[in-house]
Formats: sequence, structure tokens, C-alpha cells
Amino acid sequence: MDLRIAHLYPDLMNIYGDRGNVIALTQRAKWRGIGVEVRPFSVGEWTQAEWPDVWFFGGGQDQGQDIVGADLAGKNGSALRKSVEGGAAIFSVCGGYQLLGHEYVPEVGPSIPGLGILDVTTRAGRKRFVGNLLVDSPDGPLVGFENHSGRTYLGTGAKPLGTVVAGNGNNGEDKTEGAVQGKVIGCYLHGSGLPKNPWLADRLLAWAIERRYKDATLEPLDDSDELAARAQASEVARTRT
Amino acid sequence: MPDALALIANAAGKLTREGLRATGRGATALPGLVALTLDPDFIGALSATLAHGVACVSGTNGKTTTARMLADISRTAGWDPIHNRSGSNLDRGVAAALLARSSWSAEPRGNFGLFEIDEASLPSAVGRLRPRVVVVTNLFRDQMDRYFELDTLAKKIGDALAGLPGDTTLVLNADDPLVAYLALRRDAKTVFFGVDDPDVGGVIPQAISDATRCPRCKSPLKYARVVLAHVGDWSCPSCGLTRPPRDVAATKVTLGPSGSEIVLAGTVGNVFEPVRVPIPGLYNAYNALAALAAARALDLGLAEAIRALASFRPAFGRLETIEHKGRTLRLVLVKNPAGFNAAIGALLETGRSPRLLAALSDRDADGRDVSWIWDADFEALAPSVEHAVITGLRGRDLALRFKYAGLAKERLEVVDDWAAAIDRATALAPEGGEVVVLATYTAMQALRAVLARAGATVPFWED
Repeated sequence: MDLRIAHLYPDLMNIYGDRGNVIALTQRAKWRGIGVEVRPFSVGEWTQAEWPDVWFFGGGQDQGQDIVGADLAGKNGSALRKSVEGGAAIFSVCGGYQLLGHEYVPEVGPSIPGLGILDVTTRAGRKRFVGNLLVDSPDGPLVGFENHSGRTYLGTGAKPLGTVVAGNGNNGEDKTEGAVQGKVIGCYLHGSGLPKNPWLADRLLAWAIERRYKDATLEPLDDSDELAARAQASEVARTRT
Repeated sequence: MPDALALIANAAGKLTREGLRATGRGATALPGLVALTLDPDFIGALSATLAHGVACVSGTNGKTTTARMLADISRTAGWDPIHNRSGSNLDRGVAAALLARSSWSAEPRGNFGLFEIDEASLPSAVGRLRPRVVVVTNLFRDQMDRYFELDTLAKKIGDALAGLPGDTTLVLNADDPLVAYLALRRDAKTVFFGVDDPDVGGVIPQAISDATRCPRCKSPLKYARVVLAHVGDWSCPSCGLTRPPRDVAATKVTLGPSGSEIVLAGTVGNVFEPVRVPIPGLYNAYNALAALAAARALDLGLAEAIRALASFRPAFGRLETIEHKGRTLRLVLVKNPAGFNAAIGALLETGRSPRLLAALSDRDADGRDVSWIWDADFEALAPSVEHAVITGLRGRDLALRFKYAGLAKERLEVVDDWAAAIDRATALAPEGGEVVVLATYTAMQALRAVLARAGATVPFWED
């Protein structure tokens, strides 16, 4: 069994340590004896958009985000949409999350169109949300660090990933954090997000693997270190934010 | 003569300082804050009278070491620097350094202002200090919760430097495109430094490269050589922007376990012997080049500058060593991915299999967002690690980072308590052996406080 991970725009969308998400997916697959290949997909026409089982899309600086937005407005955007329709999963954080939504509405000037893979819209906010973020969900808690000025609002097609316990999450108003739609996840969890939240990492792995291996199951791993890190970070989020 | 407001601010700051010192505490910030509250232009008023003017040293990594090297150089030349040498590098730290050396009539006792400046504070600081020389060592991603995005920071610094008078000399790292571009935005004297040794660096860009795009036209940059992150021999094939000619260049850098030797290009001056830099690591060779370039900008003699460097001693957490229970603790301050990679590069290039005491905290001075550890190249470090004891307020995150980098479980243990972590790491090293302490700022302070109580070292503010 092997797993194919695509890292979207690793040269442009790679701030806040989001690379750790690719490391987490890779290692958690390898520890289970699953072979892994990671390929970068960046600016310029992609030739193998049907290859990945799971895409990772991180946050970027404004300059990077402009270039990426322009690139996704062309053929690569359609290819990504088609890949999701074909059963691939996406995990996106911050800028990547915003670009998967319908649009980003700046304070002044025309709005920047997104891919519309997630039924969410983001509007520019004045105050930047910077701090630890603790989230509860029916599947388990999530913890990370948020750093964004965009306010993201969910449409009816997307479900929140969880409910904010400490921090701001999507928009600082409705207590939601992140979005899930089919096998596409967006969120504001830097940290990196996946290493400390192993249930979410394994959910993505399961979605990725089922694309080509129908009856595959994931063996459980010893997650005591992961849960200890989550507990320490959660305590900081509860007491020091 | 300082005005009445400066006199009052000076007196209030000095009283605060004496109060703090009387109770045995460091006075590296609060007295300055008191003076600045009373007179926001306090640092400008006091530094204006300094005969040799002011030099500011800024950038993401290396500013403390570079400034301390420059302090030694200026002292060897007979100058008397007023210097915020503890690394307290916001406005208040500059003010506190001035207060420590000012008379009650607000006249500085010293003739040269040498100030390390936090890169986010540089725009406001240069406006007040009107420096003769501004050194920028490099610009890397660092503590994003505080500095936000690197492009934005570089633009702000560029705007501030562009507003300086024409007789201010910039001293810039030619190998860092973001830094080099700071000069290309203004018509002013610039001294560029860089490494021209073809054996330094590789050809593969590193994962943490922030500036793989041209700072002028935003097209992808081409690298003949990558030294660290986006630092190297760069050029833009699209708009033609290239690495500017180096005024102070190293044609050969030889790295050793306790220091390095630099051969300077013939154009730098009549130097036939290699420059000795007595602290290890390529990044310290860069710091030495920055200090030599700054000395040139200040018209200080090269031979004296080189002599001063040869007897340089490192600062708090910059590869200083401390003897403790028959072991040598080598302290390495880490705070961002580029600094971490440079530090482990220095460790590994000498073929060590380090025993580590690694500490990660998330106070303001450390950076509240610990995400940066995932950008740092733990994968390069993990295969060589003999054993790692992990501690700090976010030690569990650090342990996880080592686990995902492939460090075997039996080589890794978490000890939350500072003193217990030091004891454990010391006990695991053989008598006469070395423990490498990698720690973020407040974690390093906490570890040093424990060591000081055990009689091993001095508190850093007396340094």
C-alpha cells in the first residue's frame, strides 16, 4: 500500500511551520508500513493532477497568496476541483483555507475570487487574531495557534470543524472554527495542526487511502506523546490567551 | 545641552535604575521605560551629543554577536562605546543603556552609541537616533505572532532607511536578497559584506526559504549557491537584479570546532593573515564580516579590528560554555528556524554526536507561536543525537518534533522541571563530556538561573 501526498505551492505557501502537517501525514503512514511519496505542485501547469490522494495547502505571505490566487484562477484550479470530485482529500490552513472558499473580500477594492471548493467566504478584518486556539468537536478536541485577519463565514454546504473553547476561530463571532465539506477540510490551526491533533491526521489518512484501497483500515498508533503535547498546549490556551 | 524634559527623564530613569540595582535586579529595560514615558525623544536627545555618533545593528539573527564584536573593535580603537550589550533591544533597552552611562545632568559618559535594535523597532529607532551607520545582518522568518510577515517587515525597514539623511552609511549582507535590496532603494553610501567561497553552501534551496522571489520584480530567484535559507549567491533572471559587489568579502572560510578562519578578499585591505573568529559556526563568520564592514563604515582601522575579533568572547546563549559538575554545558540560544539550522549546522559540521538538553518555551520573548520548530531542520539533527533531555513550558511540542524527525524513543525523555532536567542531562553525559543546551530565550534564562544558584555562572545582566 502506498500514499500520495501533494504539497500545494510549498515555495510560496509555507509560513507558520505548516510543513509539519506534511511531516505528520508522512510519518503516521510510514509507521504503519504504508509507503509515502510527497510531490510539490506549484505555479505553472500541472501534468499529473490526478496523481494525489491528499493535498496539503498551507498559509502564505500576502505576496505569495496573490501569485497562488492568480495561478489557481486558471487550469490548475479546475484540475484541483476535478481531483476532489474524483475522491482526493484536502487539508488546508489559513491562506490555503481562504483560497478554497468562494472569495476574499478586502476592506477596499474588488474581491479576490477563490475556488469555491468550500462553501465559505472570507472578509478582511481590522484586528488580527493572534493566539492559541482551542476547539472542541464531537470527534475530539483540537488545539493550535491562529494568526489571521480574515473573518471566514460558513455557508450551508460546509459544516464547522468544531466549536471554539478559547481563541477566535473562523470569525470571532459565531464560535465556529474551520470547515468540512466532503473530504475537504479548512481551518486556522497552525502549530503545526496535525502533529498535536492525531485523530484529525488519521481521518485525512483514512480518506486518502480509501481513494485507491477500498477496504483499507489504519492500525492504531501509540499517541501518548501527541496527547501529552495536546494537553500542554490546551492548558496554555485555556490559561494564558 | 539637553533640555529640561530630558533632564527630568534622565533623573527619573536613573533613580529607577538605582532602585532596581539596590534590590539586586538587572536594569536593562524598566529605567528606560520610565525615561521614555517622561520624554519620548530621550534617546535622541542624549545620543545627539556623542562625538563618534551612533551605529545601529539590526536583523533577525546575529545582531547581539555582531554588536558585541563591533564594541570590542571600537574599544580597541580607543573609543568608549555606550552599548545595550545584554541584548535588551527595544527603545527602552537603548534608553536604559544611555541611563547607565549618563551623568545627573544628562550628559553621556562615552563617545559612541552602539545599539542593537529589534528589527521591528528599527524604523522608529533610526528616526530618533539619526545613526551614522546602520547594519542589517539578515532577515529571516521569526516569531510571526510579533513580526508578522517578512515582506511587510522588509518594506517597513526599507521605507525607514530611505528616509535617512544621505550621509548615513548602510552596512548590508549582499548574500541576503531582502537585505541587499534595502540599499537599492536609496542613493547612499553602502558597505556590502558577503561570502565568496565557492565551497560554502550547496545548490539545493532549503525548506524555510522565505525570499525565493525577487524583491524587486517578484519572479523566482536563481541560486548558484545556497548558504542558508534564502542567503547565497542569488540573481534574478527576469529583471536582472543581482547580488551586489561585496566591499568586505570572504574568499575562504575554514570552519573548526571552536572557531573559524576567514581569508578576506584582496580588495578589503592589506591583510595577509586569515582573520580568526574564536566562536564556531558559519553564521558567526558572517557576524564577523558584518562587524568588519561596520568598522570600515566608521573609518576604524582594519588591523586593529582583526586583532579585536581574535580575542572576542560570546554573549548570553551564543555558544558560551559553562562548567557544571565536571561537564561542559555549551549554551545555544535558538529562536527561529534559520537560527536553529545555523546552530545545528555548527554542531554537526565538526562531527559531534551531541547529548542535548533542549528547552522550548512560549513566553512573549520566545515567540508565543511554537510552529517554527516544524520549519527547523530537526531531520538533519536527529540521526546524530546521542540522547536528548527535553524541557520548557512547551517541551511536549519539542519532544513531538524530535519524534517526528525520527529520534528513537529510548534516546528521548521529557523532564518538566528545569533543575531536574539539568541534573538528568548532566548525569547522562560522561565526566569531562559535553552537553549542548538548545533553548529559547526565557527557557535559557530559566536554565541559567538554576545554574547560577548552583554556583556555575553569573546572571546575564552583569555581563
